[in-house]
Amino acid sequence: MSTHRHLLGPPRFGLTVERIARHLLECYGDFADTRLVGIQPRGSVFAARLHERLVRHAPELQLGKLDITFFRDDFRTGVKPLRPDPMVMPFSTEGKRVILVDDVLYTGRTISAALSALQSLGRPREVELVVMVERRFQRELPIAPDYLGLSIDALDEAYVRVRWREVDGRDEVVLYPNKAASKA
Amino acid sequence: MSVTELPTRLSTRHLLGIRDISAADIELIFSTAEGFTNMLQGRIRKVPTLRDTTVANVFFESSTRTRISFELAEKRLSADTVNFSASGSSVSKGETLLDTVRNILAMKVDMVVMRHPAPGACQFLSQHIDANIINAGDGTHEHPTQALLDAYSMRRRLGDLRGRRVVVVGDILHSRVALSNFLCLNKLGAEVAVCGPLTLIPRYVESLGVKVFAHLDDALAWCDVANVLRIQHERQDINFFPSLREYHRLYGITRARLAKAEKPILVMHPGPINRGVELSSDVADDPDQAIILEQVENGVAIRMAVLYLLGASTER
Repeated sequence: MSTHRHLLGPPRFGLTVERIARHLLECYGDFADTRLVGIQPRGSVFAARLHERLVRHAPELQLGKLDITFFRDDFRTGVKPLRPDPMVMPFSTEGKRVILVDDVLYTGRTISAALSALQSLGRPREVELVVMVERRFQRELPIAPDYLGLSIDALDEAYVRVRWREVDGRDEVVLYPNKAASKA
Repeated sequence: MSVTELPTRLSTRHLLGIRDISAADIELIFSTAEGFTNMLQGRIRKVPTLRDTTVANVFFESSTRTRISFELAEKRLSADTVNFSASGSSVSKGETLLDTVRNILAMKVDMVVMRHPAPGACQFLSQHIDANIINAGDGTHEHPTQALLDAYSMRRRLGDLRGRRVVVVGDILHSRVALSNFLCLNKLGAEVAVCGPLTLIPRYVESLGVKVFAHLDDALAWCDVANVLRIQHERQDINFFPSLREYHRLYGITRARLAKAEKPILVMHPGPINRGVELSSDVADDPDQAIILEQVENGVAIRMAVLYLLGASTER
């Protein structure tokens, strides 16, 4: 594979977000005792997008942004920059149902770090996971999404980028042959 | 420097002095500290990052603030800590520095935070042992984390330090904070001056790009920030000025003096304060003017950032 491939763009991108929002609505009803938590930096953009739709039905639903930089177990590998994002968690997760939101699920390390970060804020009653894109295979931990936008099979060195209108100017999911190509 | 241009790693394995780190390193430390500052104000006060790391705090000279600050920083990163102080240890039995530290390292310690009365002690140690070394003050030489937290505190109050003017007032000769401050502020683009009795100002200080003011009023008229140093009685075996009363009259920061400058001046002090000598109580206790306790608060975040970044650069 030499060039990138568009996997999702408007209008399907918007429909996918809409579908996940409706699925959550169906499962959570009035979202009592529920908190929507996006993983910084890019999961929180997705979470905000979902929140915008869900508050129409559940005005009480609170949104949090969880920074997991200091909870990563792979911080010494030098893959990720050591740069924290703001943590905005204006509530305790004690006894709450938490909907954890991220853009891409790959090795599962991020979600694992997010779970330990959540635990230091209290003991949630239940945690469910929403991701826009799941990369199957190469999972390093027993973690699976509960709500899913798109599932793909890709080579190990491939790189999946989810772009959001709010931060990148457009909505799309693109598969690149490697990470460097996503920046070109 | 924008966030995207920042490096992801420090350029060094040790923090021996500000001299050895680059402006980009300083920016990286600040940006990481920002994260810890936010964290410490929130619900989570402790993260598991350095749970596999053991840190030895080796203090050959007394310290309260720096030591507690380092210890808190280590504990909030979940590192294991051991404390060692020279008084009541085998040092008084004649053991050398290298032997003492080698013995501690033989018990599998990954990082050493050291304060020592001899300038260059940390440098020396870094050439002989494998652990990451953080200088917590070596004699009258450097005290890098203090300079970093000073600059960080200024930046949080004033924004970008380029073109800002900082005067360091008082006992420059015996201070380890002063040299680190000059180097750090210079790297961040600020202008630096000193002010104090000429007997307490090193002779060649101008070669560091530092202005010298003999009169406090001139210095205050020039500066945006006054970083006031403590008169270190314990290091002065001869008299450098006639009396504390005279010192206060000539170089003590008081409300009346600051009012004469007719502009806001941020007052800082690395502690411990000699009230009524270098700083009058009304200034020291005014939270709009003096940010002494903010410095202490930022100190933990800065030290967490340094420990975290050095810890991350090392394979375990």
